[in-house]
Amino acid sequence: MGRLWAFLVLLLCAAPAQAQEEVVAGLSQNSVALTVNFVGSDILIFGAVRRDGAIPDGPLDVIVTVEGPPQEATIWRKARRAGIWVNAESHEVRAAPSFYAVASTAPLTDILSPEADLDYRISTRLAIFEARASGDVADPAAFSEALIRIRKAEGLYQEGQTPVALERDTLFTTRITLPKNIVEGSYAARIFLMRDGAVVDEFETFIEVRKAVLERWLYSLAYDQPALYGLLALVLAAVFGWGASAVFRFMRS
Amino acid sequence: MQIYLPIAETSVNAFTLLGVGGGVGVLSGMFGVGGGFLITPLLFFIGVPPAVAVATGVNQVVASSISGVLAHLKRKTVDLPMGWVLLAGGMVGSVIGIWFFNLMSRLGQIDLIVQLSYVIFLGIIGAMMFNESLRALLRTRSGTAPKRKRHTHTWVHNLPLKMKFRTSGLYISVFPPLLVGVGVGILAAIMGVGGGFILVPAMIYLLGMPTKVVIGTSLFQVTFVAAFTTFMHALTNQTVDVMLAAFLIIGGVIGAQIGTRVGLKLGAEQLRILLALMVLAVCGKIAFDLLWPPAELYSISVAGGA
Repeated sequence: MGRLWAFLVLLLCAAPAQAQEEVVAGLSQNSVALTVNFVGSDILIFGAVRRDGAIPDGPLDVIVTVEGPPQEATIWRKARRAGIWVNAESHEVRAAPSFYAVASTAPLTDILSPEADLDYRISTRLAIFEARASGDVADPAAFSEALIRIRKAEGLYQEGQTPVALERDTLFTTRITLPKNIVEGSYAARIFLMRDGAVVDEFETFIEVRKAVLERWLYSLAYDQPALYGLLALVLAAVFGWGASAVFRFMRS
Repeated sequence: MQIYLPIAETSVNAFTLLGVGGGVGVLSGMFGVGGGFLITPLLFFIGVPPAVAVATGVNQVVASSISGVLAHLKRKTVDLPMGWVLLAGGMVGSVIGIWFFNLMSRLGQIDLIVQLSYVIFLGIIGAMMFNESLRALLRTRSGTAPKRKRHTHTWVHNLPLKMKFRTSGLYISVFPPLLVGVGVGILAAIMGVGGGFILVPAMIYLLGMPTKVVIGTSLFQVTFVAAFTTFMHALTNQTVDVMLAAFLIIGGVIGAQIGTRVGLKLGAEQLRILLALMVLAVCGKIAFDLLWPPAELYSISVAGGA
């Protein structure tokens, strides 16, 4: 009994020294439906820092990342061959997120140490896993950078475009825009509390992006029952093509 | 109004699609062509992935030619035995084309192959049409009509396995029509076109078929080869987008009705020069893209299509 008391007292003394700060967060929506008129979607990510005791000294920062399902990808580089521009060299990427957004209270380089970045893979560059085996090109880094550049232009990769608003070191909000060309799947939203370049606490939640009923049905039919889908495409074409001209003939007579 | 395409996995403006379908429909009504050779490159320009554009383009060819073939069947202006021979060749060609298409997709060169095919075929056809209609226009001005020999005997007529084609009044080997069919089938699979623009001249000049059955028979072959190719693309690549096809078809059907009326008001020779110029313009644009240094040297292809 005495030993247990001693242990509890020790625990109580140790706790404040750990400067316990926890992050809790929520999303404006946990699911996105890719309906026929889908033009993109804004997700509001908000949350609070929970702590026992006073706010520790030093600046507190928040980083929010949203990551789409990873894909294997091949990046091609064109070169002039016999006067025309053709895909000449390629480089494989083992896994690149189909969507990646990073929002933060301050520029990443100021609040994220390289070590923490390596551990948690927060910056866009580290979210892409290059294949180690394919070493046919002299400058694989140029290919990964091109991947980021192209996807940034398409709105699929966003870094430092949206700020995270942090109030009184406790409440934070940010807004991530999912563009119209996102793919289906589970999107991981991660929230990091940062102090001195290190991650103090991490919170993860998911956004499910799904095609709406009709789109879902067409898509799974195309992949699961391709023969049936092919026939459906033909019947639609035949009915539309023949039916419309029949209607016009009827209207003229 | 944006619409989401479930197979292409992107959204495009519905009115742009209706416009593309309608515009090409007007042209196809005016000139009596399928318009696949314009739909597919236009889909590239508005950001539809090439593989989806080709497979869906060929699906729309089915819709735009089916009512034509029914009308010709009713009027008995289809040489059915010839149609079946061409169709058999077309299916073989389509299988070869799809195989080649998939091989080139894996090698990352399909965009190049599609663009090169367009430059070559549109260039040749456009130049030939322009030349021919310009001469015809000059002829009608000067008022002298040249005589054409009815039956020219060439190497085509000396091949084995001869067959009678009663409606066309031909007794020729099955190999030339079979080979023509194969060629058109390959083009349908790779370029997403019906292939009428190559089939019609081949039937007139190579096989020597009478013009009254040429259009009906070519429509017959084009419709079924396009249907077969659509099915094969759906089966092997999952690249046919019915949502995209529906909008193109609706636009196309309405456009074709307008085009037919406009076409009746314009002279045939002026029309052909116009079409030739348009074909050359599309050809020039694609050639320019191949020759001019691209703004972005890199491109991404994602494994597994979707």
